Amino acid sequence: MANTDAIVGWKTITFGCHVMEPGSSAKFRTGDWRSQRPVIDNEKCIKCGMCWIYCPDMAIIQAEDGFFEVDLEYCKGCGICAHECPKDAITIIPEEG
Amino acid sequence: MAKRIGIEVSIALAEAVKLANVDVIAAYPITPQTHIVEHLSEVVADGEVDAEFVPVESEHGAMSCCCGSSAAGARTFTSTSSQGLLLMSEILFIPGPMRLPIVMAVVDRALSAPISIWNDHQDIMSQRDVGWIQTFAENGQEAFDLTLHAFRVAEDRRVSLPMMVNIDGFTLSHVVEAVELLSQEEVDQYLPPFKPRYRLDPRKPITMGPVGIPEVYSEAKVAHNEALKASKKVILQGWKEFADLFGRQYNPVETYRSEDAEVLLVTMGSISETAMTAIDTMREKGQKAGLVRIRLWRPFPGPEFRKAAGKAKVLAVVDRCLPPGSTCGPVGAELRSLFYKVPGSPKIFNFVAGLGGRDVTVEWFEEMVEKATAFAKRRPKELYEVIGVREK
Amino acid sequence: MISEFEKFKRFKAKNLPRKEMLAPGHRACQGCGEVLALRMAMKALGENVIVCMATGCMEIITTPYPQTAWKVPWIHIAFENPASVASGIESALKVLRRKGRVPKKHIDILAIGGDGSTSDIGIGWISGALERGHDFTYICLDNEAYMNTGVQRSSCTPYGAMTTTSPPGEKSFGQVTWKKNVPGIAVAHNIPYVATASPAYFLDLMNKVKKAALVKGPAYIHIYSPCPTGWGSAPERSIEFAKLVVETRIFPLYEVIEGRYIMSRKITKPKPVQEYLKGQRRFRHLDEEHISYIQQRVNADYEKLIRLSEMT
Repeated sequence: MANTDAIVGWKTITFGCHVMEPGSSAKFRTGDWRSQRPVIDNEKCIKCGMCWIYCPDMAIIQAEDGFFEVDLEYCKGCGICAHECPKDAITIIPEEG
Repeated sequence: MAKRIGIEVSIALAEAVKLANVDVIAAYPITPQTHIVEHLSEVVADGEVDAEFVPVESEHGAMSCCCGSSAAGARTFTSTSSQGLLLMSEILFIPGPMRLPIVMAVVDRALSAPISIWNDHQDIMSQRDVGWIQTFAENGQEAFDLTLHAFRVAEDRRVSLPMMVNIDGFTLSHVVEAVELLSQEEVDQYLPPFKPRYRLDPRKPITMGPVGIPEVYSEAKVAHNEALKASKKVILQGWKEFADLFGRQYNPVETYRSEDAEVLLVTMGSISETAMTAIDTMREKGQKAGLVRIRLWRPFPGPEFRKAAGKAKVLAVVDRCLPPGSTCGPVGAELRSLFYKVPGSPKIFNFVAGLGGRDVTVEWFEEMVEKATAFAKRRPKELYEVIGVREK
Repeated sequence: MISEFEKFKRFKAKNLPRKEMLAPGHRACQGCGEVLALRMAMKALGENVIVCMATGCMEIITTPYPQTAWKVPWIHIAFENPASVASGIESALKVLRRKGRVPKKHIDILAIGGDGSTSDIGIGWISGALERGHDFTYICLDNEAYMNTGVQRSSCTPYGAMTTTSPPGEKSFGQVTWKKNVPGIAVAHNIPYVATASPAYFLDLMNKVKKAALVKGPAYIHIYSPCPTGWGSAPERSIEFAKLVVETRIFPLYEVIEGRYIMSRKITKPKPVQEYLKGQRRFRHLDEEHISYIQQRVNADYEKLIRLSEMT
């Protein structure tokens, strides 16, 4: 997979090949890798945040109401959140298509 | 005011580092580099310079530490020799493309096996392609001056590349010479404080040393190479301003009695002084022999060398390094490639001499000139000859 | 007692920092326990830190040019030397602060390597940096083999484990050596702080990282880091294994503060080691004899550790 952002010339490449923009990997959507996705049932959720702290991909986000949402842009579908949820509030379902 | 004193060359070089108001020195001891770092740890211990001396666990650690220090924005120095330079090798390739202006004194010494602590250029020639600016000093004054010049050039924001100053082990590093040491005021006039373009700083976080995916690796390597080539302008400017301030002019290549010479000896480092004596002797005998000495080895000063070679018909190129299985030594190969198919270019013969501390004498230089002249008429089978080696 | 700990405020489940120091979009495998441990460690440290990282999975997955997952200054030089690079940065900041060329404010310096970098190729470099007493934290993210190069054995690979260079066969049963005690090596340097951690116990992990950063002088933390790809385990079970490894006493959690061993979690009713070994392809070939040997040795190591903790 060619990374089009990296198409720079030797005159335009960053000094020392440094990456100047912190956190720029967020431009890369790892959600594409997913073959299954977590679905959170807020009825069962106790807002304990285990899904959030155990997500290796920073793909669980807490909304203002305190419930958690899955950021499908980045979620790789590993299933840790569902496995660790103490209330079984998260189900993993296959991605369709 | 500058003062001219008798001083061991290693100490003079270390004094230059001190006068440069170095921030971090990371070094591991190896003969014959030791006097440089011993003196530096002394001046740090005595508070003559406010610096951190990091007594690392190996040369690999030394260069790694230097990379961190330079990336954090500190003026950084190290020194090594021989096996130590080779232990550093993996890391030596890294500060160039990452644009970390570390300065290093390489006290050139032979390589094992058999183990030898004495001088030749096998260590540095094995690290020729590490992407550093590389200069060679001929005497104590040069060792002092070129070290200051190295900080000035390496840290120049247009350059921002690592730079090494080579001095020959023992034959230069351990001799006492008359050296004019510049005063602090004079050095401060010549060498501005280090202001890196980028540094590791939580206020402006950047990532140094990312993965060079295939889409960008070639461009990164070319950018480094172009920066190294372009550094020549700043190197020359640094020498010119040095001359303007202190009266000593340095050039990428130096010539000695070369104007009408038919045969030119080509040397690097401290053997050049003996070579000059040899040239004088040959001139007295009526031979049209001269000398070209290479001071700037990387980036190689091609145009300057061609100009210096002038109309000479033969070059007798001395290498202090025997590359086993090669067609000739590294300096020989460089010059052959420089003159390849250039109309009117001189014939080039390569001599390997002075391995592992063997003296290169006036007589040997004469022998090289004689042989090169003869070879020019009748091409020898081999492109190089090891001078002064016994067969039985 | 270490005076810096007086100002230490423990992380609690309620006050976990929301801010992420690593951005999403990194290329770690699904269910990577190593990047998760890294995320937790960075959360604990916050933004006032400089990171030196060894070559390895975490290095490549976070920084494919022109992107970076890092929101803090970060540098990679090579495989064996993050401790030396950290030494250079620490020395530089020390002198630059003295000379007034950088702000006086303290900056944490963190060196990170995998188990291969830490226990094998970089052990001399780490030893040098710990011995010299630089004020920095070294974290070993231990996923128990050279995962980045394709799962080759390291000296942290556990006994019996199958890797691509410790394959079980007619004449072998996988890794024939016992896991190297790297925290013990760190302790032998008489540094102020050594700890082990597991991402399953995230509060414990984050508190230890924060303490390591607070300590003046070198600190070493050895973090167990599940690797579904290298271990042949289900990605969703990474945290489960990170818990089981502690509950079976295979990877005990402890601190060594100024030479005093303190158990972070005493496992009074350990689960049998089989509970941990099953479900990982790397241990699938082990027979009862091997498993019973592992059990014995785990028991013995744990007892030794308990004795150490009772000694002081």
